[in-house]
Amino acid sequence: MRFVDEYRDPALARRLAEEIAGLVEPGRHYKLMEVCGGQTHTIVRWSLPELLPAGVELVHGPGCPVCVIPMGRQDDAIAIAERPGVIFTTFGDMMRVPSSNGSLLDAKARGADVRMVYSPLDALKVARENPDREVVFFAIGFETTAPSTALTLRRARSERVGNFSVFCNHVTIIPAIKAILDSPDLRLDGFIGPGHVSTVIGLNPYRFIARDHGKPVVVSGFEPLDVLQGTQMVMRQLAEGRSEVENQYLRVVREQGNPLALEAIAETMELRSTFEWRGLGFISQSALKLRPAYAEFDAERRFEVPGVRVADPKACQCGEVLKGVIRPWECKVFGTACTPERPIGTCMVSSEGACAAYYNYGRHAGRRRLDRSRPDSDAPAHAAAADAASAAGGRG
Amino acid sequence: MCLGIPGKIVEIVDLDNRTAKIEVSGVRRNVDVGLLWDGPDAVGVGDWVLIHVGFAISRIDEGEAGQMLSALRALGEPWEEELADLESSAIE
Repeated sequence: MRFVDEYRDPALARRLAEEIAGLVEPGRHYKLMEVCGGQTHTIVRWSLPELLPAGVELVHGPGCPVCVIPMGRQDDAIAIAERPGVIFTTFGDMMRVPSSNGSLLDAKARGADVRMVYSPLDALKVARENPDREVVFFAIGFETTAPSTALTLRRARSERVGNFSVFCNHVTIIPAIKAILDSPDLRLDGFIGPGHVSTVIGLNPYRFIARDHGKPVVVSGFEPLDVLQGTQMVMRQLAEGRSEVENQYLRVVREQGNPLALEAIAETMELRSTFEWRGLGFISQSALKLRPAYAEFDAERRFEVPGVRVADPKACQCGEVLKGVIRPWECKVFGTACTPERPIGTCMVSSEGACAAYYNYGRHAGRRRLDRSRPDSDAPAHAAAADAASAAGGRG
Repeated sequence: MCLGIPGKIVEIVDLDNRTAKIEVSGVRRNVDVGLLWDGPDAVGVGDWVLIHVGFAISRIDEGEAGQMLSALRALGEPWEEELADLESSAIE
């Protein structure tokens, strides 16, 4: 419990941990999925599993927006970026994501004009300042981010910024959770719901999980104490035989979400009939595209993109990691052929990706420091060793 | 990129475009507050908001903002990167 003294309220953290332990039914193994990549980061960074009883396992979910974009879409992005006259703008996280033709960083090195932006509004500004160039914004993210793209599109239309377009890859969280619930690979007992997505969508979209699947959902924040309290609330529901949607993150999330944000999404975007997710495959009605009214700003209509499905590299097991079927260190290439500096899969790229979190903060981070003189030598041994330390994230 | 950062509104810059200047950790940048604009007094100087990719997505109180900031600072590098990204922004 090395980190507990660094929590905002160590006494509260210890009390929550004791309460969770008291809610465990002897002999039962609990698997709770935290949906959001930000929560995954917190869990690994603060070694939360060390505070939890051995029977309570946190399984990392698909809520890392960078991680779930499939290889084919990254190929499309690079095809657009390499067209003459295009300025391709992207969040920094997407720069190092591999495609079958290198990353956007590689495309930049080959001469493409790829620029990092903080906000879609910065991309729009680039378009205003470069009227003789085509400026494309690579839109990714769940419902947290989609409203930002939506408002930017509204602004582009009202200001008639004709050289601006959006390559839309926004995805929606509920169909991904459905896919996981329907997957035979994994039996989950409950969910720690994503905090910031829920500021937009509110609590109602989760009710089917409690009602139809009989599993508790507790929407939670990102601080270690939030995730601990979310875990305690799920465990209490399980102990009392309840399955409800509860809100741990009342300070930020309103039950109805943000109606203005939902309106902005609905005005500018509509559901795609299907969309491929890395690891989860094609999921119907799980992603957004621009509505016909915004067709002139749709990069997919403006430019021809290859639009083909590209299989992940054979060695990469991001799919299984994203579904929670294997833990990051169980992947054959984790920390050896695949590192944040030279990622093979997306989960190693984003700081919200489970693999990157374990690489940076997990027990291997400590081991790597010790083994710096022989960086690749511990690969085969550590999967088994790590498995023994399973409940994850210990800095070993 | 899913990090939300708390910022304090220090100026309403552009009423038509619903742009406000916020301050966080000494960095001042413009953000869009349109997603919170549900009435004429929706947001004002002194309010705290949660910011994501240049947009305020939720109102928060000062106590919550303080707790978030200390949790973010404890993250170290990801927080510094997020702050540097915000600094790189030039929303008008």
